Amino acid sequence: MTFVINILSLGIPFSVALLIASLGEMFNQRAGIFNLGCEGMMAMGAFLGMLVPYLVGQGSYVPGYYNYLGLLLALAVGALLGLVFGVVVVTFRAPQGIAGIGMQMFGVGTAGTLFRHFIGGTQSVPGINVAPIPLLSDIPVLGVLFFNHNPLVYVAFLMVPSAWYLLFKTPWGLKVRAVGTHPRAADSIGIDVNKVRFQALMVGGALAGLAGAYLSLCQAKMFSDGIIAGRGFIAVALVYFGHWHPVKIMGGALLFTLAQALQLAIQGLGIDFPYEFLVMLPYVMVIIVLAFSRKSQITGPAALGKPFNREIRA
Amino acid sequence: MEITRKAIDSLRIEHITKRFPGVLACDDISLEIKKGEVLALVGENGAGKTTLMNILMGLYHPDEGSMFINGEKVHFRSPNDAFAYGIGMVHQQYMLVPNLTVLENIALGYKKAWNPLKLNLQMVRDRIDEISAHYGLSVDPDAYIWQLSVGEQQRVELVKTLCLGAEFLILDEPTSALTPQETDELIALLKKMSSELSIIFISHKLQEVKDLSSRVAILRHGKVVFQGNTIDHSSSDIAALMTGHEVNLPQNDAPACTLGPMLQIRNLKVKSDRGFLALDDLSLYVCKGEIVGLAGVSGNGQKELAEAINGLRKVESGEIVFDGVDIANFTPKQVIDCGMGYVPEERNTEGIVPSFSIKENLVLKDVESEKFSNRTFLKNSVIQKNGEDLRTQFDIRSPNIDIAAGSLSGGNIQKVILAREISRNPKFLVAVYPTRGLDMGAAEFIHKQLLQKRNEGVGILLISEELEEITNLSDQVAVIFKGKIQKVIPASEASRRRLGILMAGVEDDEQI
Ligand SMILES: Nc1ncnc2c1ncn2[C@@H]1O[C@H](COP(=O)(O)OP(=O)(O)OP(=O)(O)O)[C@@H](O)[C@H]1O
Ligand SMILES: [Mg+2]
Repeated sequence: MTFVINILSLGIPFSVALLIASLGEMFNQRAGIFNLGCEGMMAMGAFLGMLVPYLVGQGSYVPGYYNYLGLLLALAVGALLGLVFGVVVVTFRAPQGIAGIGMQMFGVGTAGTLFRHFIGGTQSVPGINVAPIPLLSDIPVLGVLFFNHNPLVYVAFLMVPSAWYLLFKTPWGLKVRAVGTHPRAADSIGIDVNKVRFQALMVGGALAGLAGAYLSLCQAKMFSDGIIAGRGFIAVALVYFGHWHPVKIMGGALLFTLAQALQLAIQGLGIDFPYEFLVMLPYVMVIIVLAFSRKSQITGPAALGKPFNREIRA
Repeated sequence: MEITRKAIDSLRIEHITKRFPGVLACDDISLEIKKGEVLALVGENGAGKTTLMNILMGLYHPDEGSMFINGEKVHFRSPNDAFAYGIGMVHQQYMLVPNLTVLENIALGYKKAWNPLKLNLQMVRDRIDEISAHYGLSVDPDAYIWQLSVGEQQRVELVKTLCLGAEFLILDEPTSALTPQETDELIALLKKMSSELSIIFISHKLQEVKDLSSRVAILRHGKVVFQGNTIDHSSSDIAALMTGHEVNLPQNDAPACTLGPMLQIRNLKVKSDRGFLALDDLSLYVCKGEIVGLAGVSGNGQKELAEAINGLRKVESGEIVFDGVDIANFTPKQVIDCGMGYVPEERNTEGIVPSFSIKENLVLKDVESEKFSNRTFLKNSVIQKNGEDLRTQFDIRSPNIDIAAGSLSGGNIQKVILAREISRNPKFLVAVYPTRGLDMGAAEFIHKQLLQKRNEGVGILLISEELEEITNLSDQVAVIFKGKIQKVIPASEASRRRLGILMAGVEDDEQI
């Protein structure tokens, strides 16, 4: 029992960075843009998010709001990178896969360079701490699982219904879905396809930045070169896995991180089993589920990856 | 929206010129249309009709020329500018997002309902009800577009345009995909509307032009070559002005053939996209050298039948014996290799690869054949020559055969598909709406080609909603209703009236 509770209480906060990043990627893809650069945006968010409290505190006490300033900076830089990506792939219609790899290398590289310049070695920050919810966190079992987390964990899970609402209940969400599926139809009815795509890229970028900052400020409480560790790419896969739907994406993120927590826990039991195979477990699982999930034909954004040009009919 | 609305008393365009790479799509066009008028715009495939209308909507920007509304010069940068003047357009290729509902598609343009925090769908629904009631156009707001037949989508487009407040309607070939009944209804409706609205109406069917329009303008190679009052000119005059020669649709008067069966469909059961049985125990026979016309209101299983024959839809039970082999549930490639030709209904998604060049599309089904490739490499010069020949023979209007097929005008895309399917020398041809969207000259040519194929011994299943096409070309007419063949009658006995009765589901038509 405690074994299971341990896995769950470990897995839930672990899933947050993936969850936020893949919700961002979902908005990109719903609008028809394939953003492989998520990893790079996360790296920038992770570094800049922790830079503010680090500079203020230099290891000593940091007033809590500086952490939140860090988060804001991460959001802003993510949105900015989304904007830059938009200029490349929307305005100049560069191939999105290639541009995404460029963005990934740019983000990871720049964050690493800035890190060495401003910080240098491994330095931890106090970061944002667990904030148990009064009363609710006292409930046995459930309290530990759901109400004893970092504030950002709650925020991330509240983002799921919010993203759903935004996508399916607001005019903006409708526009996003339309430009990702049939941009020509959206254009013919007076919607500025490129503008909506830019907006979606900025939202997606901001969320990627926030996801990165979650890693550095809440999870690791430090920055290191490999901090993102491929989560940006996993986020892209999770969007497919979750069929571009926030709730299913959340399911995918949880499944993945619970598998990760499980393998950590098994390693902790000290069973004599090559740990390399355990480390593979979450990835193998995602591949298996992706391979066996029925391909969605109609819900996916049909214009994904295709630049829009009104005067080119093909 | 409505506040900024300025009513249009007259719309005038002057010296509009629009070029695409290698094409002069509109060449110094000047036209005027006044309030309450119905202007019919006719012309061959690729004449520039759609391009001109896209310019009126602010979708394309003319290279030269200007536009005046009520005498004042206007400059449209996007469709929003056109909407502000109450100009709305039903596009030739429907502009509906397939995985959204009717309601959402209309909401997409109905800015009044755009409360930023919540899309006011109820308001859109009310607006749809209002328009539906006013014009007698019913649509199901909660249906997804992909679930709708072409005719229903057409109605949604019209409702959408009206919901957005259009008082100046541009209709680009609105009837090309409609059944005869739907067409009659639409024409009647438009006639009624023309008392309230101004309309520009594009069609290849001159009967409609005569019925509906007060003035007619003919476009050829991007130029206005004729303008006049409709009542002063007969349909055949207009046809002659349009194509430059008399149009005579050929008739099938060859004796019925006796070469033996080519396609035998027995007790076929096939499901539709929505899961119910679209074909329910359907049986149908087509001989070599015979054209069987399949008449019916669209949505009665025609599409599913064509797809099942061509391996694109799972056959639940029954058999499709093609030249002695049961091809039910074969893959499309196997079916093609058996000698089947197919002109699909969805020309852009199933008929061509839009981003491939014309010459590539023309050999799409034969890239592995010895004619166009040796084991490793494509024979480019042969492909080139094949493309050139077919372009000339089928009169495909394009600057060259290397441009993307998707950039062609609607009718010319259809010609590419027909050229490929007919020139492949199939043993059998399933032709679904083969002349949809073609101009009269092209339709005449295609009809001749189909008859020639028939005389060469090819069996043809002709699926069409144009009764004239069916009765002109067929040896036998089969009427499909609710997934079953209602009756098969010789074409000589197939009067319009009799077919109409059968298509409506009455089995024993001789009683009436
Ligand atoms: N976006 C585009 N890019 C390149 N060429 C184009 C484009 N749009 C139209 N054309 C070309 O311009 C010409 C006019 O096309 P248009 O679609 O206006 O013809 P149309 O009169 O509407 O024909 P149809 O009756 O077949 O619909 C054609 O030769 C077409 O190939
Ligand atoms: Mg056209």
